[in-house]
Amino acid sequence: MASAELMDYDKALELFEPVLGFEVHVELNTKTKMFCGCANEFGSGANTNTCPTCLGLPGGLPQVNKKAIESSIRLGLALGCEIAEHSRFARKNYFYPDTAKNFQTSQYDDPICHDGSITIELESGRLVTVEIERAHMEDDAGKLTHMGGATGRIQGADYSLVDYNRGGVPLVEIVTQMIEGAEHDAPEIGKTYVAAIREIAKGLGVSNARMEEGNVRCDANVSLRPRGSNVLGTRTETKNVNSLRSVERAVRYEIQRQAAVLHAGGTITQETRHWHEDTGRTSAGRPKSDADDYRYFPEPDLLPMAPSREWVEELRLTLPEPPAARRKRLQAAWGFVNLEFQDVVNSDLLDAVEATVAAGASAQAARKWWTGEIARLANVAGVAADTLVTPVQLAALIELVEAGTLTDRLARQVLEGVIAGEGTPTQVVDSRGLAVVSDDGPLVAAIDAALLGQPDVLAKIRDGKVQAAGAVIGAVMKAMRGQADAARVRELVLERAATIE
Amino acid sequence: MSEITAEQVKHLAYLARIDLSPLEITNLTHDLGQIVDSIAKVSEVATADTPATSHPMPLTNVFREDVVVPSLTVEQALSGAPDRAGDKFRVPAILDED
Repeated sequence: MASAELMDYDKALELFEPVLGFEVHVELNTKTKMFCGCANEFGSGANTNTCPTCLGLPGGLPQVNKKAIESSIRLGLALGCEIAEHSRFARKNYFYPDTAKNFQTSQYDDPICHDGSITIELESGRLVTVEIERAHMEDDAGKLTHMGGATGRIQGADYSLVDYNRGGVPLVEIVTQMIEGAEHDAPEIGKTYVAAIREIAKGLGVSNARMEEGNVRCDANVSLRPRGSNVLGTRTETKNVNSLRSVERAVRYEIQRQAAVLHAGGTITQETRHWHEDTGRTSAGRPKSDADDYRYFPEPDLLPMAPSREWVEELRLTLPEPPAARRKRLQAAWGFVNLEFQDVVNSDLLDAVEATVAAGASAQAARKWWTGEIARLANVAGVAADTLVTPVQLAALIELVEAGTLTDRLARQVLEGVIAGEGTPTQVVDSRGLAVVSDDGPLVAAIDAALLGQPDVLAKIRDGKVQAAGAVIGAVMKAMRGQADAARVRELVLERAATIE
Repeated sequence: MSEITAEQVKHLAYLARIDLSPLEITNLTHDLGQIVDSIAKVSEVATADTPATSHPMPLTNVFREDVVVPSLTVEQALSGAPDRAGDKFRVPAILDED
């Protein structure tokens, strides 16, 4: 494919105003699928979670998952939406091999949630309110794997394989109104908006919200209009944008690409584009055309929903503190500077630090361990930091350090033991014999031996050259295999040097 | 008089992936036209404040609990597939090389 021309970003913004829109799909973490009792699991063997309903076989009859409705309403409420008094499902008809029924069960003119908004804060402190047009329910498609061909992509594949385990998993699609006035912040608005949705869904517990597992997926709509014009430009919809960084890059790329096309006198085709993470480019999919004539009609196999106002209010009471408010509260309570706090947020360790503090640790110690040693070990192991050790275990470890039982160095060894499954920090200290030697007896013996072994050093210390004590401290720490408090050793070395015969 | 044209029927048949003969298209244009005319008669009676009816039964909120029930075995799931590769359905190429 020919590489597209890109205009310099600043120049593109000088000539054109970007208009954005986002569709974010949030996969719900219900135990079962949207319309059947098959398990909703990531990573099962191919086609092990299917039944006549989600395979679209004759005789299959959908039944609505109550928990999915509840999760959708809670998500809608957290996005400030109205919950429709009457709502129904509709069939979106199209042929594509990942959709076994040959239609997607979705919602058309009666979405369950509508007219909400969220306010996001950019790094500059700029607040942007994103209006939500609707949040509707639908079922997910199966997973395609494209085989053969040069690139492993859909273009040029010899054939494709389908796993329908994901087919029928409940989704909520959140659709924004047009976002105008984004200006230079357009890419960051995209990233921050998707991050906010992800955080809200995670905070509600309605989704696992892992972008890398496809729980949160974003389609980014971008159009440009020339400065001074009121007429909207033709938009493109970039699909497959599945990380926060990609959202930012894809929006920036489309602005630069469309600006180059328009500036050269060309026109933008209204089309679906595919984002390629590896090359950082988008490429054209099918143009919007007859293929998008979906012939929506009300789903005859499912009855309408009319969630009672009492139920909606009950669900409203279950909403957690909004993530943005929670972040502000925690940062103030912990007294972290912005960099420290961002480090915790960006590492996805807010919950872990909060739970560790709740278990009795100081906020700074909890932050230091989670974003330092534990994050390092997790990185080596290729897993998430909060899967290695529990907040309660870490709080116990921090307590041992603060009580003087462990030095930081020993505590890292204890941490390794805890991660290796050797028990609680205290058990690891006992079984590995790692506690700091706080009984002065063995220390004094080791110090005396070191001082008598280095008479020249002893003489220097007695002459008042205190810095010479370093050599003795080193020898003692070595003799104690690190299990001594260096500050206490120093004190004792100076004391013994004065009195030793 | 019906608003349905043969072109529309051809288009619908394409969207539904149904291969129709010229005779079938002629007949269906006529039949669908009659159906549209009949429904138009209902619209004459329905006033603006009559909501569109999608579900005639006065029932709402029919839900099931979120409880897992056994799925088909992989062999059962794949038993009707025209082609398979391992435990997956195998389908022809979807897009041409671009």
